[in-house]
Amino acid sequence: MNLALDRTLIVMPAFNEEESVGTVVREVFDKLPGVHVLVVDDGSSDATAKVARDAGALVARLPYNLGVGGAMRLGFRYALENGFERVVQIDSDGQHDPTSAPALIAELASADLVLGARFAGIGEYRVRGPRLWAMKVLSAVLSRSSKTTLSDTTSGYRASGPRAIALFAETYPAEYLGDTVEALVIALRSGLTVKQVPVAMRARAGGVPSHNPIRSTNYLGRVGLALIFAYLRPASSFEAKARP
Amino acid sequence: MSPASYIFGIVSAGLILLVVVEMLRRGYLRERHAIWWLIAGVLAMIAGIFPATLEWAARLLGIEVPINLVFFVSIAILFLVCLQISTELTRLEAKTRTLAERVALLELRVAQAESRHPRDQD
Repeated sequence: MNLALDRTLIVMPAFNEEESVGTVVREVFDKLPGVHVLVVDDGSSDATAKVARDAGALVARLPYNLGVGGAMRLGFRYALENGFERVVQIDSDGQHDPTSAPALIAELASADLVLGARFAGIGEYRVRGPRLWAMKVLSAVLSRSSKTTLSDTTSGYRASGPRAIALFAETYPAEYLGDTVEALVIALRSGLTVKQVPVAMRARAGGVPSHNPIRSTNYLGRVGLALIFAYLRPASSFEAKARP
Repeated sequence: MSPASYIFGIVSAGLILLVVVEMLRRGYLRERHAIWWLIAGVLAMIAGIFPATLEWAARLLGIEVPINLVFFVSIAILFLVCLQISTELTRLEAKTRTLAERVALLELRVAQAESRHPRDQD
């Protein structure tokens, strides 16, 4: 058994994913033997929790829907309280290929937060129009901040090391886009190192990304707002209250 | 101003103050939420009893029609109350979010403990 995987917690936020969560959990155990999997049932009204438990995952059930940010903060708190050194977020809809996880975990040796980037070469994930512009803006701003290339800042496939876990257990935002963009800004402003690793993405089980121009423009606007406010917020007091 | 409208102004302001004070007394309203309503009631009472103060204040600010000062202050107070309620809502959401996360973690710990030490069946 791989020691790195032994201290790694896979966190899967799941909202009404009874059809896919069982398969994804089994696939994770199959590809990453020895990991612990925590499925955070984000107030689902279907059998998500039962399916995940039957597949062998730990299941934490939120009493009502909090969104990905709420589910992830719960995951980080669990990791902190139970002594896990790495947290890998994997979507419960099967979009993220668990075979990429070891690459993310390996990169944690030199970074606090590692993003699985969908546009960095492998796989065939395509977007266009305002959604693409939004991603370009995000990428440009955040790459400047992080002094490294971040081509896919809204990727939910990411690995966090011990410092990121401690930070995110305190302050993981629950707002729209907060779990991706704002969390990244918080990490950068708290002095964490962020890197990216190319990953392949599979098609989502339920449909393709929206290319409706109105919705994409709406998305662009919300990305802009989220980004501006993420930088305007007072910096996290994380460094000040880090444990001795 | 007719005596009727003079009395109407005072009675309205009195009603506002009465309702706010009574709700505070019964504990339906906390002080920090009542403060703007109290200020509004007191201002309305002063302007009702001494209309001259309203005219004086309007002249001081260069407002030609004194009633516009009433509208301005009313809207400003409503705006502040809305803002206060919004921030309060945000704080409450953050608190319930933390509680929900804690509950989920505790439930998980209870389930894990129970699976390790099954409860005795009677």
